[in-house]
Amino acid sequence: MRIRISHTISYEYAEPARHITQILRLTPLDHDGQHVMSWRIEPSIDGRMRATRDAHGNVVHSFYADGPISSLSIHIDGVVETTDLAGVVRGGIERVPCDVYRRDTLLTEQDEALRSFAEETAGGAGTELSQMHALMAAVNGRMTCVDATGRTGVGAAAAFQAKEAIAQDIAHVFMACARHLGLPARYVSGYVAQAEDLPHANGAHAWAEVHFDDYGWIGFDCANAICPIDTHVRVAVGLDFADAAPVRGARQGGEGELLNVLVSAREAEGRLSNQ
Amino acid sequence: MLSRTADSLYWVSRYVERAEYLARILDATTRLTNLPHAYGGAGTEWQSAVSTAGCEDTFAKAYGEANERNVCDFLTFNPDNPSSIRNCLAQARSNARAVRTALTSEMWDAINGAWLELQRFEKTRMDREEFARFLDWVKNVSLVFDGSAYRTMLRDDGYWFSRLGVYVERADNTARILDVKYHVLLPANEQVGGSLDYFQWTTVLREVSALTAYHWVYREAVKPILIADLLILNRRMPRSLAACYESISRFLDSLGDAYGRQGPAQRQARKTLANLSNTRIDDIFQHGLHEFIEDFITENNRLGNTIFEQYLQ
Amino acid sequence: MVAFDEMTGSGAELRPAYEALDRWLKETPADQLALRRSQAELFFRRIGITFAVYGDEDSTERLIPFDIIPRVLTKPEWTKLEKGLRQRVTALNMFLADVYGPKECLKAGIIPPDLVYRNACYQLEMVDFKVPHGVYCHIAGIDVVRVDADTFYVLEDNARTPSGVSYMMENREVMLRLFPELFSTHRVAPVDNYPDQLLATLRSVAPRSAPSDPTICLLTPGQFNSAFYEHSFLADKLGVELVEGSDLLVKDDVVYMRTTQGPKRVDVIYRRIDDDFIDPLVFRGDSVLGVPGIIGAYKAGNVTLANAVGTGVADDKAVYSYMPEIVKFFTGEEPILKNVPTWRCREPEANAYVLDNLEHLVVKEVNGSGGYGMLVGPHANKAQIETFRRKLKAQPEGFIAQPTLALSTCPTFVASGVAPRHVDLRPYVLSGANGISCVPGGLTRVALKEGSLVVNSSQGGGTKDTWVLDA
Repeated sequence: MRIRISHTISYEYAEPARHITQILRLTPLDHDGQHVMSWRIEPSIDGRMRATRDAHGNVVHSFYADGPISSLSIHIDGVVETTDLAGVVRGGIERVPCDVYRRDTLLTEQDEALRSFAEETAGGAGTELSQMHALMAAVNGRMTCVDATGRTGVGAAAAFQAKEAIAQDIAHVFMACARHLGLPARYVSGYVAQAEDLPHANGAHAWAEVHFDDYGWIGFDCANAICPIDTHVRVAVGLDFADAAPVRGARQGGEGELLNVLVSAREAEGRLSNQ
Repeated sequence: MLSRTADSLYWVSRYVERAEYLARILDATTRLTNLPHAYGGAGTEWQSAVSTAGCEDTFAKAYGEANERNVCDFLTFNPDNPSSIRNCLAQARSNARAVRTALTSEMWDAINGAWLELQRFEKTRMDREEFARFLDWVKNVSLVFDGSAYRTMLRDDGYWFSRLGVYVERADNTARILDVKYHVLLPANEQVGGSLDYFQWTTVLREVSALTAYHWVYREAVKPILIADLLILNRRMPRSLAACYESISRFLDSLGDAYGRQGPAQRQARKTLANLSNTRIDDIFQHGLHEFIEDFITENNRLGNTIFEQYLQ
Repeated sequence: MVAFDEMTGSGAELRPAYEALDRWLKETPADQLALRRSQAELFFRRIGITFAVYGDEDSTERLIPFDIIPRVLTKPEWTKLEKGLRQRVTALNMFLADVYGPKECLKAGIIPPDLVYRNACYQLEMVDFKVPHGVYCHIAGIDVVRVDADTFYVLEDNARTPSGVSYMMENREVMLRLFPELFSTHRVAPVDNYPDQLLATLRSVAPRSAPSDPTICLLTPGQFNSAFYEHSFLADKLGVELVEGSDLLVKDDVVYMRTTQGPKRVDVIYRRIDDDFIDPLVFRGDSVLGVPGIIGAYKAGNVTLANAVGTGVADDKAVYSYMPEIVKFFTGEEPILKNVPTWRCREPEANAYVLDNLEHLVVKEVNGSGGYGMLVGPHANKAQIETFRRKLKAQPEGFIAQPTLALSTCPTFVASGVAPRHVDLRPYVLSGANGISCVPGGLTRVALKEGSLVVNSSQGGGTKDTWVLDA
C-alpha cells in the first residue's frame, strides 16, 4: 500500500516563548515491508535542526529556535510504501541487544493486577507466540481505546485499572505483561492508514513489538487487535512512550501553550504526480 | 555573575526593606489609633494601613473587617499573606540561603539570625508593649542588614544589585504611602484644618522617619504641600522619590560602566530622575498629586521589570 | 565476634601509630574532651547552621555528629590501600568504557549480559558515545572496611555522585582549630589540597574545543537537596559558579550560563544531579531540576559532564559481586582490595542459602543506598527477618547478601567516655585526563550506637577526622 501521511503539530503561546528546544522522532526508516519514498519535516519558523541517531537506531532531530515565538508548527509530509508481512519486522537497524527491552520502565511498571492478568492469560496458551496472541486478544477485550486529543498517558498499571486508555497506554499494558512473562517488548510509534476494518486508524498510533528467538520482532496492535499489516508505518521504537515520543520539548517563557494536532494517513491516490 | 545570584541579592534587599516598611506602617498606625477618638475620628486607619501595604484583596478574603487585631495579625505573622513581615523575612532568608556564598558572613548572620529570632517572637503572645518591641526589632533587623551590606560587601556588581533592590523597593514604599494618604495632603483638606489633619500629616512623616527632618528642612509648621515636597522631590531626604532615583541611577551607571554596556534600565532611570529634578511641587499639585503618584508607581514597577529583563533572567 | 580495633589491634596491645594519641587521651580529662566536643559542635553549627536548617520545620536536615578522636592510618597502610583504590577505579573506568563500547567483558562471559542490559542505570544514550578523554568516573568514593591488620574489603563503589568530601575537609579544619597540639606531635598528611586536585581533574577533561582556560560550574539540584551545603562549599573552594538547572540554557548544542552580562559558554559541568533528572528531554520529562538539551550538547562533544552519564551501572550492587573478575579482566592484575563475599540472590542456590541463614547475614537491595532497604540479620527482630524472607522469595534478583563483617572499631568519645565503635572509610579518588589522584585518608564514618554496624548518617552515624601519618 502506498500511504500518504500529512501531520501538523502546532503550538500557540499566549506569552511569546524566548527559546524553544525540541527533540523530534518523526522520521520513518526503511526495512522489509516499509520503504520511505519521500519525507519532509518543516518547522514554520527559522531554527537550527540537527539529525542524530539514538540507541534504538531512530532518527532524532534536535530543533532549536530563538524567540520571541508566538506560534510554531511542525509540518510533516511524506509517502511510504508498505507491504503486509503479518507483523514481522526484519531488515531494520537493531543497535542494542534485545535484552535491553526486558527492562521495566516507569510507564511499564507492573503491579499485582497486571502480573496475575498476564499469567492467567498466558497460562492456557502453548508457544510464546500463541501466548502473545492470547495476550493481545485479552488486552483488546479488557481495554477500550479512546481518542488521544487532550489526554496524556498514565502508564500501564493505572491504565489497566481504568480499563479505558489512549493507544500508547494500551501498548504499555501489553508490554508490561510481555516483559513480566520474560519476553523483550518495545514500544512503537507510527501511523496507521485509514482502512475499513480497523477501528483505530487514519492517524498517529502506537503499538508494541515482542521479540521471539525464532522469529525476531513481531508487532502487536492491541487497540486494533491485529499484528500490523500494510496499513502500519513504523516511525520510532523505544523502551516506552517517553523513550520513543514523537516530540519532546522545552521552552523558556511561552506561558499558555495551546497545542493542536492535525494528522491524516491515507492510501495515496493514483501515482505520485500530485507531489 | 550568575543572573540568579544577582536576582537573589536584589530580592534579599527588597524583602528586608519591605519588612521594615511594614513595621513602620504598623507603628505609625498604632500611634494614630491610640489618640483619643475626638482626634482620631474616622476610624479607617487600619483599612488604610492595609491599603498602604498594597494587599487589600488578600486581606478582604482572609478577614473582612479591618480592625487592629486583624490587620496586625495579617501584616506580621500571617503565613498566607505573601507580604507579611514573617514572609518577607522568610523570603529574604530563602534568597540569601540560595546565594549564601555571594553574601558576606555578616549579612548572612543578620538575615539568618533574624529568621531564628522571628520564630521566637512568633511563639510568644504579644501585648501592645511586646508588639511595639517587635516592630522596633524588625526595623533594627533592616538597619543591621543594611549596615552590614554597606560595611562588608565588595563594591562590585553584587553590591550594586543589592542596593538596587533597596532603592526600588523604598521608592515604591514611599510612593504607596503618598498614594493612600494623598487626600489628606490635598489643598481642600487644608481648610478643614484641625487636629485630625495635623495628626494625619505627622503620621505620614513618621512612616518615613521624617518628622524631625521636616523641621530642619523647612523650619515651618507642618504643611501638606511641604510634606509632599519632602517625600517626592527633596534629595536630602533619604526616603524621597528623588533620593531613591538618584541612588538607582548611580548604581545602574556603575553596572553599565563595569559591564561596558548601557541599556534600557539606565535610560529609564535617568529619565525618571530628570523628571523628578525638573518638576516643582506646585506643578505636581496643579496636574494632580494622585495622578503623579500613580504614574510614578507604574514607572517604578516598569523599571523593576526592565532591570529583570536586562540582568536578572 | 571480636572486631579488630584500630588502636589496640586484636588484643590489648597498643598499635604504634596510636601511641601519642593514647597518651593524649589519658592526659586529657574527660570534661576537657567534652568541652572541646561542644566547641566542635558550635563550629559546625556556625558553618553548617546555614544549611543544616536548624529551625526549618519542614526540613529533615541536621548536623551530622562529629567525633573528636581521629582515626589513624600509617603511611604503609595507606600506600597499600591507595594502590588498591587506583587499581579499582582504573578497572571501573575501563569497565564503563567497555560496556558502552566494544562489550568485550560481556563477550568473555565475565559478567552476565542481562545484568548490564536490564539495568536501568545502563543508559542507552551512552552506547557507542565516546566520552571526552575516555574518563567516565571522574570522582569516585570507594567505601572500604577493615577486618584485621592487613585486610581491607571494598564494601561499595560509589561511581555516580558520591558525597561527603566536604565533611572530610571540615573535620580536618575543626581538628586543626581545636587541637593544634596534636598536629605538632603528629605528621598528618594534609587534605586541604583536594579542591585543587578536583579543579585540575575537571580542567583536564574539558572538551578539546574548549579554550585553555575552560569555564567550569557545579550543577546542584538546589538548596533543598540534603547535600546542598557540600555543593556550595565545593563551588566556593573551587572558585566556580554554583548553578541550578534554570541557570543553564542550551542553544544549538552549546551550554551557556545565564549571567548579568549575557550568556556565558560552559565547558565542564561537575554535576550533582542524578542521571534521571539531568535532561527532561531525554530522561524523566517531569524533572524541573535539569537542563533541557544538555545531553544533546554532551553528545555533540561541546561540554563535559563529570561524572559521565550512566556510571551507575558500575556501582550497582549486583555488578559489585563481579568486581574481582572485572578488575582481573581489565588490569590483568590480582585485585589488591578484596570484595566482601557476596551471595547473588538471583542465583537459586545462593538464594536458598541466604533464606536459610537470614539471621546471620546482611541483605541489601540491589538498587538501595544510604543504608535503606537493608537487613542486618544479627540485629533484626523476627518480623523484620520475615519481611525480608517474603521479599527475597518474591524478587530474588533485587537482592544480594553478605556475611556480617566484623568492621574494625576505633576509640570514640561517647556519653560513657571513650569506647570502641565500628568505623568504615570512604576515600575519594579522582580520575582525569592525566591519571588518578587520591587525597590521603578520606571520610571515616562511625556507628555511634554501641555494637551497631550501620555508619550511614541517615541512620545515626557520625564522622571522624582521618589521619594518614607521614612519619
